[in-house]
Amino acid sequence: MTAPKTLYDKIWDAHVVHQADDGTCLLYIDRHLVHEVTSPQAFEGLRMTGRKVRAPEKTIAVPDHNVPTTLDRAEEIKDEQSRIQVEALRKNARDFGVEMYDVDDVRQGIVHIIGPEQGWTQPGMTIVCGDSHTATHGAFGALAHGIGTSEVEHVLATQTLIQKKSKNMLVKVEGELPPGVTAKDITLTVIGRTGTAGGNGHVIEYAGSAIRALSVEGRMTVCNMAIEGGARAGLIAPDEKTFAYVKGRPHAPKGDAWEDALAYWKTMTSDEGAHYDKIIEIDASEIVPVVTWGTSPEDVLPITGVVPSPSDFTGGKVEAAKRSLDYMGLTPGQKLSEIEIDTVFIGSCTNGRIEDLREVAKVMEGKKVKAGLRAMIVPGSGLVRAQAEEEGIAQKLQEAGFEWRMAGCSMCLGMNPDQLAEGERCASTSNRNFEGRQGYKGRTHLVSPGMAAAAAITGRLTDVRDLA
Amino acid sequence: MEKFTTLTGIAAPLPLVNIDTDMIIPKQFLKTIKRSGLGVNLFDEMRYERDGSEKPDFVLNQPAYRDAEVLVAGENFGCGSSREHAPWAIKDFGIRCVIAPSFADIFFNNCFKNGILPIALPQETVDILMKDAEKGANARMTVDLENQQITTSDGQIFAFDVDPFRKHCLMEGLDDIGLTMERAPDIDAYEKRLAAERPWA
Ligand code: SF4
Repeated sequence: MTAPKTLYDKIWDAHVVHQADDGTCLLYIDRHLVHEVTSPQAFEGLRMTGRKVRAPEKTIAVPDHNVPTTLDRAEEIKDEQSRIQVEALRKNARDFGVEMYDVDDVRQGIVHIIGPEQGWTQPGMTIVCGDSHTATHGAFGALAHGIGTSEVEHVLATQTLIQKKSKNMLVKVEGELPPGVTAKDITLTVIGRTGTAGGNGHVIEYAGSAIRALSVEGRMTVCNMAIEGGARAGLIAPDEKTFAYVKGRPHAPKGDAWEDALAYWKTMTSDEGAHYDKIIEIDASEIVPVVTWGTSPEDVLPITGVVPSPSDFTGGKVEAAKRSLDYMGLTPGQKLSEIEIDTVFIGSCTNGRIEDLREVAKVMEGKKVKAGLRAMIVPGSGLVRAQAEEEGIAQKLQEAGFEWRMAGCSMCLGMNPDQLAEGERCASTSNRNFEGRQGYKGRTHLVSPGMAAAAAITGRLTDVRDLA
Repeated sequence: MEKFTTLTGIAAPLPLVNIDTDMIIPKQFLKTIKRSGLGVNLFDEMRYERDGSEKPDFVLNQPAYRDAEVLVAGENFGCGSSREHAPWAIKDFGIRCVIAPSFADIFFNNCFKNGILPIALPQETVDILMKDAEKGANARMTVDLENQQITTSDGQIFAFDVDPFRKHCLMEGLDDIGLTMERAPDIDAYEKRLAAERPWA
């Protein structure tokens, strides 16, 4: 009998091309997603060495990070450098035979949203992208992680990656989530508990009844932020919901291949008694709607709490908290629910999917965005946008006072013109609240889509449960 | 890739925890399609005023540290995005070695691909090295990769760990892709197996 294996072990073992004596492996990569910001130097490297893309049919390209989200963008991208990057991607995709979803294609969107949407993302696969939130695809039981540009080039040239196995951590969330609490609150709560370095060197598997109860989209939100907990990858074992999600998508297996794939995917679970290096257990019934107060995703507190004081911390975190409070313009003891905001951003690969927009629409039912507030919705893909329009959500949200944008990363990282002005404060459904992330001296509070909608209504950070 | 063997140089102290890649190189500089020229924008928002003038307090703006080749920092250095622009900017500035109690995985990995040596050491050791770095330009630190040792300006010696394969690549300046290309028969064999066992993938 073989020793019980974790899901991570199984995917890993199935992809080892070669193993050296010291344990360094050459790992086969099933899917490679490429975007405009981290790939130009990699393609340039191929050109300089006369190398080709080894498996163009396993590679897709999409511009998302710096594309404008205004309607006129297909005609011309005004920022010259952004335009050059998008044009470079277009040329590289053409020269190397890689499929690309261009800015005028309805399938264009944030790379981690369109991978699953098009059925590129499947259980048991290895998936990489020159972007740290590649962890998102782990929601399907795929080993997915971000890589640097040198590795992008390595994968393009060889369809493999040189890797050493990480440690394996289990995060078990058991029980039922209280009303008003969502996948975003789970993932933020985990990071608040383990810290941004808690998962360093690990792959996290999320399990437990609360994770099983989440939709596939909710699971993507959870895995998306594994990286904020320091883990390169998050994993959730696939189940009937996963299979139903994948079925029928353009790049999903069809006919007999579907049956074969399904049989294989069903084996992609951790065996009873498999070993984890670290186990964290969380009671779902104790999770509440949370917000971040500082400039690190681990600065998480219940919305019912108050701004902490540096003296609440120890070690290097004391200085970090002082710096954060100063940057965020907050005073210790101030109630979180009294913090006034100027902007609401709904979107990103964390919360830019259709269910997120439905959640926003539900909270906004019969309500309006507070006068004077800037509230922006950036769907994660052209298809999410189209679906929201078809469901009538888009119209309702526009009537409620939201701007309705084209798909892209947008204000999640502010590489395009969608940025916070100096000192502006934003309730954001994205994943990072680093200094300057959404704009120079901009201030970010990370929240769930429902909490972002609540903040849009009142103009301050707000407990979504109070509006129900 | 440039080789890394032994380095003796000025070490700059940056005693902050969770220095993220947005701090190392803000996104507006990711729009380049080149690898070079990012050094002037390393730590841009900490280093410059909005009008482009230097903030005199920032460590790399102080005369003693303008030519720093080593950086000593707090835990979880390089967290955040996968942007290789971060190590490119560090390297372009002239820094070849970063020492911290811990690093974010992707950043750590990216360093080795660019001839930068990241060294993780216990907090107490980093504290000592930080003190040494604070002495300024006369305090030169030596990082000897072959013997896996750091020597402070007053002769204290600390050993460090490094993965043998990565050490070998760094010392020889080897290009990963070239090495992997030599394994093409293994990759071919794997793809054959894959086509038989999991044709849908
Ligand atoms: S939406 Fe934000 S986090 Fe996601 S890929 Fe784009 S920039 Fe990165």
